[in-house]
Amino acid sequence: MRKLLVFLPFIVFIGLGSVLYKQLGTNPEYMPSALIGKPVPDFKLVSLQTDTVQDQTSLPKQAYLLNFWATWCPTCEMEHAYLRTLAKQGIPIVGIDYKDDKHKAQQWLATRGNPYQWVLTDELGKFGVDMGVTGAPETFVVNSKGIIVYRYQGALDDRVWQEMKGYLK
Amino acid sequence: MIPEIGHFALILALFFSLCLSVVPLIGYWQKNRVLLHTARPLTYLMSFFVLVSFLVLALSFMTDDFSVLYVSQNSNSQLPIWYKFSALWGGHEGSLLLWILILSGWSSAVALKSVSLPKDVGPVVLSVLGMVSLGFLSFMLFTSSPFVRALPDAPLDGRDLNPLLQDIGLIIHPPMLYMGYVGFSVAFAFAIAALITGNLNASWARWTRPWTSLSWAFLTLGITLGSWWAYYELGWGGWWFWDPVENASFMPWLAGTALVHSLAVTEKRGVFKSWTVLLAIFTFSLSLLGTFLVRSGVLTSVHAFAADPTRGIYILMLLVILIGGSLLLYGLRASQVRASATFGVTGREAWLLLNNILLTVLTLTVLLGTLYPLIFDVLGLGRISVGAPYFNTVFSPIALLLIVFMAIGPFSKWHHTKASLLLNAILLPAVLAIVVAGLLSYVYALGMMAWLTLSVALWSALLIAKDWFVKVSAGTKGIIPRARQLPRNYYGMMIAHLGMVVTLIGILLVSTSSHESTVKLSPGESVSFAGYDFHFDGISHLKGPNYLADRGVISVSKNGDFVALLQPEKRFYSTSRQIMTEAGLDAGFTRDLYVSLGEKLSGEAWGIRLYVKAFVRWIWLGGLMMMCGGLLSALDKRYRKTVRGNNA
Repeated sequence: MRKLLVFLPFIVFIGLGSVLYKQLGTNPEYMPSALIGKPVPDFKLVSLQTDTVQDQTSLPKQAYLLNFWATWCPTCEMEHAYLRTLAKQGIPIVGIDYKDDKHKAQQWLATRGNPYQWVLTDELGKFGVDMGVTGAPETFVVNSKGIIVYRYQGALDDRVWQEMKGYLK
Repeated sequence: MIPEIGHFALILALFFSLCLSVVPLIGYWQKNRVLLHTARPLTYLMSFFVLVSFLVLALSFMTDDFSVLYVSQNSNSQLPIWYKFSALWGGHEGSLLLWILILSGWSSAVALKSVSLPKDVGPVVLSVLGMVSLGFLSFMLFTSSPFVRALPDAPLDGRDLNPLLQDIGLIIHPPMLYMGYVGFSVAFAFAIAALITGNLNASWARWTRPWTSLSWAFLTLGITLGSWWAYYELGWGGWWFWDPVENASFMPWLAGTALVHSLAVTEKRGVFKSWTVLLAIFTFSLSLLGTFLVRSGVLTSVHAFAADPTRGIYILMLLVILIGGSLLLYGLRASQVRASATFGVTGREAWLLLNNILLTVLTLTVLLGTLYPLIFDVLGLGRISVGAPYFNTVFSPIALLLIVFMAIGPFSKWHHTKASLLLNAILLPAVLAIVVAGLLSYVYALGMMAWLTLSVALWSALLIAKDWFVKVSAGTKGIIPRARQLPRNYYGMMIAHLGMVVTLIGILLVSTSSHESTVKLSPGESVSFAGYDFHFDGISHLKGPNYLADRGVISVSKNGDFVALLQPEKRFYSTSRQIMTEAGLDAGFTRDLYVSLGEKLSGEAWGIRLYVKAFVRWIWLGGLMMMCGGLLSALDKRYRKTVRGNNA
């Protein structure tokens, strides 16, 4: 018995090692949050366009994308064109301007075009904390019942969209 | 040319580490003294060349040699000179070099001290350290050399250091952290040497103890600095986030704390022998695992370095060889070890056993929380993330229980303590603590949990004081001479335990009695919050060496008396195009005033976040006390005598 026991650490470690091995090379960016299956947390955020305070009620009633972005984020710039293509296809997108400067954000949208139905400013990143985002860009899919069903960290592109659009209903 | 010298020095270091891992061991098996004696010079040679390559890389940073890819990725000509130096460990390759440099430092220190070890133990220990160096040097040379050139198209200027890392806390935080968890490699090497030579007696514990205490002290300082940095730099006023990278440094600390205690038992009583060896392996394995998790990209984290699957595979192989090999060796050898002493259920051994069990459970709790998302995914159950709620619920009660045992333990005697004596000693302070904590909780309207925690904290503090008083007042010599006679080891324990209490009080009060609020203020406006008046004087613009900033000026007063002038900043780093917030802080013994600048709202108004953090300094004060405790016990007189004789 004791003979077996002293080998236990070794056996456990080999098990752990194989878990880590399997995990290598998978994409850590695909990481749904603890919020999957839950409604969007309560918020009160100022709209970038109208400078008024908005809450849950202003969110679209059909399924939509919730996209965290910022002018300080180069990846968001890459993503922006793709978001506009999606917007042209009629996909509703709500933007959260994350830890950003308001004027720069307005200028950004003026020069690059606005793919968003609403842009809400989360200047202190508090809503970001509630949503568990770790950076920008990050995109959540919220279904027509207002439930978060999918999360993606990183820039959206065709490849990601193929998987993501299945959740949008 | 100069960077190539660094690269070449690294290759030489690799060569010497290879020799170091092989030659002394052959010497040990063939009982060849000449081969055994090569261990020390080989260690010095290896360390020297690692130092050379470190200095060369530092020179490349100082002279803005942007033809070196790593320099161009992590530095910029506008960067202040001290950040140019600390930028060296701002990325993966450089921090790995720092890791190896520190490992070489520890190895050389062991080599210097190894003269007092038995002739065949020192070389084997050095050889094991050489194997660790070999693993990391080859990892560095084959997958992540910092000396790779970006020729022929060398950039004119660098991409700049991540602004988050441009801070005094980050200059000293990584070296201290590495000093800590790389230092555990010494305990590991001693444990492996004990397994190889089959000398699992109390003497190895004695040799290992000062090294372990010292590493533990460094790690404590490193974690404390990291927490302090996160507090003022990330701008949320939080001091611990249960981020995978924080956990990676916290797990070796927990296991190391267990190790420090179990080494004491093994040294003094000759029990827990095979457990202590396992714990030494476990502690260093957690340091390595932490390195793997941070570097391989299997977990996402705010601190994560760029992920590269080849690197991940290489580190994993390294882990399997080092940890797997050690555990296999442990399995083969540990079954032959028999305990040479017994102890009763009320003896100090039993309390320390409880300490070890709880610390191990805590370590596994953190390990499980950190790895759970991975295991979950491998089992095909989908992807999840584990957050602070899990850690707080599971961790806090066990940690509180641990502090209860911490308070009682020192009162017990080795082998056996009379239960009635023990009860008598701890009962009165317990009643006193509960009453005082109850009064405090009532006056300051704290809850039940706070009452309980505060009672435990006060009780521990009372017991620590009482223990000291009992010790110094016995006998006829008078208090001061007796107090001076107590060993440094004892004072180390006392201060570290008090530090634990101070940290506990800090954690408790910061989470129960802090206030936060977000307000919209225009220049000239004031707001009253948590008993203070915050007056927003206005915003000024200024230009730093490599950034532009808006600086808010907020004067704080209480009942009309001026308290502090806070100047939170919002910085825009032009090269990396990132915005960073610098909080405005007024530190105090019982409270911090903390202000961070949000967004400019309509007109002249700004969103401003205000915090009054009660007793937050105590968390780090306790950390510093624990560090001092560790240092003191590492410097205990009896470790400085030669320990050749086996008189433990």
